[in-house]
Amino acid sequence: MKNNKKQIVEGSHAVAEVIKNCQVDVISAYPITPQTHIVEDLERMKAEGKADFEYIRADSEFAAASIVLGASATGVRTYTATCSQGLLLMTEVLFCIAGLRLPIVLTCANRAVSAPISIWNDQQDAVTLRDSGWLQLYGETNQEVVDLHILAYKLAESMMLPVMVNMDGFVLTHTYEPIEISKESVIKKYLPKYKPPQNTILDVNNPRSLGDFAAPDVYMEIRQELHEDVLSSKKQITKLAQELKKIFGRSIGDNGLFESYKLNDADIVLVAMGSVCGTIKEVIDNQRGKGQKVGLLKVISLRPFPDEEIVEALKKAKYIAVLDKSISMGSEGVLAIDLKRAAYTKLKAKIQSFIIGLGGRDVTEKMIIKIINSVKKQDNKIQFIGE
Amino acid sequence: MIEIRIHGRGGQGNVTLAELIAMAAFYDGEAAQAFPSFGVERKGAPVKAFVKIDNKFIRSREQIYQPDFIIIQDPSLVQAANPLEGAKKETIVLINSNKLASEVCPGYTGKVYCVPVLKIALEIIGKPIINTAMLGAFAQISDLIKIESAAKAIKDNLGEKYDQKIIDKNIKALKKSYKVTEK
Amino acid sequence: MKKLKYNLTVKPGTTTQYKTGGWRTYKPVVDHEACIGCGMCSKVCPEGVCFSTGQKNSKGRVFYDRDLDYCKGCGLCAKHCPVKCIKMVEDYK
Repeated sequence: MKNNKKQIVEGSHAVAEVIKNCQVDVISAYPITPQTHIVEDLERMKAEGKADFEYIRADSEFAAASIVLGASATGVRTYTATCSQGLLLMTEVLFCIAGLRLPIVLTCANRAVSAPISIWNDQQDAVTLRDSGWLQLYGETNQEVVDLHILAYKLAESMMLPVMVNMDGFVLTHTYEPIEISKESVIKKYLPKYKPPQNTILDVNNPRSLGDFAAPDVYMEIRQELHEDVLSSKKQITKLAQELKKIFGRSIGDNGLFESYKLNDADIVLVAMGSVCGTIKEVIDNQRGKGQKVGLLKVISLRPFPDEEIVEALKKAKYIAVLDKSISMGSEGVLAIDLKRAAYTKLKAKIQSFIIGLGGRDVTEKMIIKIINSVKKQDNKIQFIGE
Repeated sequence: MIEIRIHGRGGQGNVTLAELIAMAAFYDGEAAQAFPSFGVERKGAPVKAFVKIDNKFIRSREQIYQPDFIIIQDPSLVQAANPLEGAKKETIVLINSNKLASEVCPGYTGKVYCVPVLKIALEIIGKPIINTAMLGAFAQISDLIKIESAAKAIKDNLGEKYDQKIIDKNIKALKKSYKVTEK
Repeated sequence: MKKLKYNLTVKPGTTTQYKTGGWRTYKPVVDHEACIGCGMCSKVCPEGVCFSTGQKNSKGRVFYDRDLDYCKGCGLCAKHCPVKCIKMVEDYK
């Protein structure tokens, strides 16, 4: 386990450290559990003179999102972090940010939404924003989360799209584990200084208006371009993940979009996002020891959703259980809905939606085994696995 | 894999204790994972924190249901929060108390060490902050972490927020507790 | 009308059900004979647990005491007592 570059720190601290090392210019945020430690650390760095970004403590998440929108529009690198009610309060501005094509990076410390009030983890907050035009990436470990932030800036700035990096609240944000945080000098090799396209930024010496009105003759084309760019960012993610591997020596899944774990001969495949994938891998190894051919497809990129790539990876599966820490009320788990759409006419496997871990319910190895055992049954209804 | 579960009340430094154990194990060359399980966020509310130690990266994020070690920082929780739940035959329990095990957890038949860390903390730190003294007792009883690594963990963890004087007192409490605790 | 399985309204919480005395390290012991009944302890107590007992000591003073179910042992009463009749003693569990 000896690795001199590794240290043991809290996930939130690692994120704050890497944001500083990404040479961000403007940060604005409003504290909310469990995102708090990230912004506290950033504020401390600023207060102690260890960082030279501007830190603006906003009076709400709505204001924080608006501040980074304005700052980003002037052509600088920006950052914010939030979750849950905070993310929902930002919603209106987040749609604007995507529509205005501003390359902002946001960390969502995934938390359940009210009511009832819950400060604990699930992914309902982020998935609710899936139609906004933000790219959404989900990390399994704190190492992956930190590396996704480095990739996120390069992705955002090359596609002119905002990127939300998701890390499970408490489960990752408050966990100490070994991690390598890349230094500024190394990150610089990967992530060049942000240079916005000419004549797109707000500049007092060259006045322009941003957020102008689009009449019915052009609104649709602008929205279509946004959609197409979100889709085509798939290729860019794969390319950037390869580059990241070259410079940092660390992989983000198979291709930046997803990770396949023991899929080759798997009859039963679990599909999930975020930290629960670690627990699933542990269960898979144990179940394989007992002769059960189980595999995992870990989705890293929910938006863009890598339809063809995922379908290809799941070709041999007979039973697919999709584990969601969220639900589209009255329908199914959000990841399950996306997967069923992508699989339509292309996959023969049974695909079933399982809801787990809402509002911080601990996802145990026993629950995962229960899902593996029940996906083979005839019934295809959505199931809540709480014990 | 070794699993350690810590029980205490909000404000007692339970989460920090979990972090310190994980950090010390990491400095000894192991992989470790430490995370809290908050109840209601207020001082005095029962808090749980978890540590896992292994020789390879720990993937599972499951909380700990069958701990190898249980650390109870507040003895009143034995009655109030059922911290002994899931204890195995070989589980070792450490309780901050200067009473006898039979008095603190009557009827429990597993291995219990009552360690008077509060006394040490009050004597050296001057405040009822017991987690660093508990770390010393844990290092002695468990043999899982080296005392030097534990001291380095305190230095690194508290160094961000506290001055040298406080760190020195905490390291002194750690070492005293390590010395006086009997296996 | 649909009757919900989980009632979303709850009885308001009350701190009287939550005995905070359990997390004390020291407890105040009042020397009833020395107490002059000035009430300073009840004025400075952040928990409001110091009270007049209504009983008189041999000097005819109505002396004070505290409700140990809720006293957190902060020691403010002892610090502010003008006649120093309150001692903080160890209260280990």
